[in-house]
Amino acid sequence: MSVAVYVPGDAAALALGADAVAAAIAAEAGKRGEEVRIVRNGSRGLFWLEPLVEVATAQGRVAYGPVTAADVPRLFAADFTQGGKHALRLGDIEAHPYLAKQQRVSLRRTGIVDPRSLDDYLAHGGGKGLAAARAMQPAAIVQAMTDSGLRGRGGAAFPTGIKWKTVLEQSAEQKYIVCNADEGDSGTFSDRMLMEGDPYCLLEGMAIAGFAVGANKGYIYVRSEYPHAIVALNAALENAGDWLADFSIEVRQAAGAYVCGEETALLESIEGKRGIVRSKPPLPAISGLFGQPTVINNVITFASVPDILAQGAAFYRELGVGRSRGTLPFQLAGNLKFGGLVEVPFGATLRELLYDYGGGSRSGRPLHAVQVGGPLGAYLPASQFDTVLDYEAFAAIGAALGHGGIVAFDDTVDMAKQARYAMQFCANESCGKCTPCRIGSTRGVEVIDRIRAGQTEQIALLRSLCDTMTHGSMCAMGGMTPYPVLSALNHFPEDFQ
Amino acid sequence: MNTKLQTIFAKHQGRAGALLPILHDIQHELGYVPEDAVQLIARELNLSRAEVHGVITYYHHFRQTPPGKHVVRVCCAEACQANGSEALAAHAAKRLQDADVTLEPVYCLGLCSIGPAVQIDETTLHAQVTPKKFDALMNELGDRK
Repeated sequence: MSVAVYVPGDAAALALGADAVAAAIAAEAGKRGEEVRIVRNGSRGLFWLEPLVEVATAQGRVAYGPVTAADVPRLFAADFTQGGKHALRLGDIEAHPYLAKQQRVSLRRTGIVDPRSLDDYLAHGGGKGLAAARAMQPAAIVQAMTDSGLRGRGGAAFPTGIKWKTVLEQSAEQKYIVCNADEGDSGTFSDRMLMEGDPYCLLEGMAIAGFAVGANKGYIYVRSEYPHAIVALNAALENAGDWLADFSIEVRQAAGAYVCGEETALLESIEGKRGIVRSKPPLPAISGLFGQPTVINNVITFASVPDILAQGAAFYRELGVGRSRGTLPFQLAGNLKFGGLVEVPFGATLRELLYDYGGGSRSGRPLHAVQVGGPLGAYLPASQFDTVLDYEAFAAIGAALGHGGIVAFDDTVDMAKQARYAMQFCANESCGKCTPCRIGSTRGVEVIDRIRAGQTEQIALLRSLCDTMTHGSMCAMGGMTPYPVLSALNHFPEDFQ
Repeated sequence: MNTKLQTIFAKHQGRAGALLPILHDIQHELGYVPEDAVQLIARELNLSRAEVHGVITYYHHFRQTPPGKHVVRVCCAEACQANGSEALAAHAAKRLQDADVTLEPVYCLGLCSIGPAVQIDETTLHAQVTPKKFDALMNELGDRK
């Protein structure tokens, strides 16, 4: 009987040489006359151990990592297909403290299942949410979402149940389910990992949403920088058979505009137009894609849905703190020793993630500033590392959790330069519809340049400009660019002198 | 070009909001979206040329001129900056100044724990790229004639 060998096909594993490892394993097995079945799973999210190869043995899965193609002959010599001893042997990866301490919900199967196989998905507990939904009244499904306390994981944290209820209450010939997979924030990759590692979970969440609000058509808008995720989703859809019944899903490739992560710009883009932000109201729930009532949610929001229905809303609501219920997949990025995916209930502190999981800086220098929530998120100094990770606690310090991306910098960072970058990024990516964002960002770059050249009296002007952008912009692009700028200015004033 | 375009149009017949999928297919096929294609796309979708031009120029992904033999993209977003992408981007620009390679910045490839990240020709990814590793990758690619 052939032995199943798991070699991740996740983009991060590929970037670290997983394809070469898979090819070397196939070649070496052939040479030795050993039968192996190579499965290209997703990543477990422990990137310093990638490519992380796992072998299915009678005693369970045994992991080895990080494996290079050159290691493969020696792994075979050490009988790794039977779980043999080797310097790279890690044993049961789920017993690794990094994973054992986590509480994975939305990414529970990512890195475990074969993303192309619906059977494997169902064998690992997938599909139960959809089956439960089909036995429920639409209003009861929406109520379960409300009861679970789930809030949008894209960054805005709007209660999912309220959004779905609004769409359910509309009467229209056609309604749509749209998945926002335009994960443009630097420091975030949970959407990518899920789409590449457990795409059926996303499809199931969308189908449940469709059933709940009366929509039979879904779109997944995926950024063009994620070609592997697009391939994985299309492969999953091709292998889905009639599992989703009359709910059809189409994958749409974005085209490199950051602002299309804003929901109304995203809808414009699917319609084939420039991704320009729409005025709200009307809300997309009332007049969304092609003018029809539309549920638009992030990948992780949809991926949280199947479990809520399968295990009950109470299961989800019992996790977390305050008004932040459930779990959030945090992404440890930038200058950290052990970067990766950490899904835990709300309520841990930033420090725990940075040090207990992240192991401090990769460079060995002190961690100096941490940007949470992508390019529109605030920079936090060490004095704020004990902030509790929940939406309200972050809002209270003028920061945002956003999509859960955590980017660490050591003490070589120049915070005035980072503030300039934030303005420049906004200038490059602004859709151009509103003046504070379109013009304000360019003026912001100029003002910061003057401050850095020594005209520190211009700091007052920068604050005033940020105030205009915050209160006068149409969407979060211009409205939140002041977060990184002002936090850099407030917490690291020495870099502006 | 005309036949290729007609094949692409046929594939997207009747699809709602077909402009971006069509542009993607054209760029995939030809490497860029030529000026001559604009009028044909406009006619196919019953749009003005200005509308089609507006969409092509709005999105960073679409090119209006042919790229080099290879396209190399260096991630310049914050997480890669924290691991030295700025120095890498400068090194790449110097190395590739006379090469038949299109060098572009990209703002996040989703490889934020293992930066700096580099993408070659859309699908090949590389992590923790130092200037030295970058040179090795370019030697392999044959950027120098």
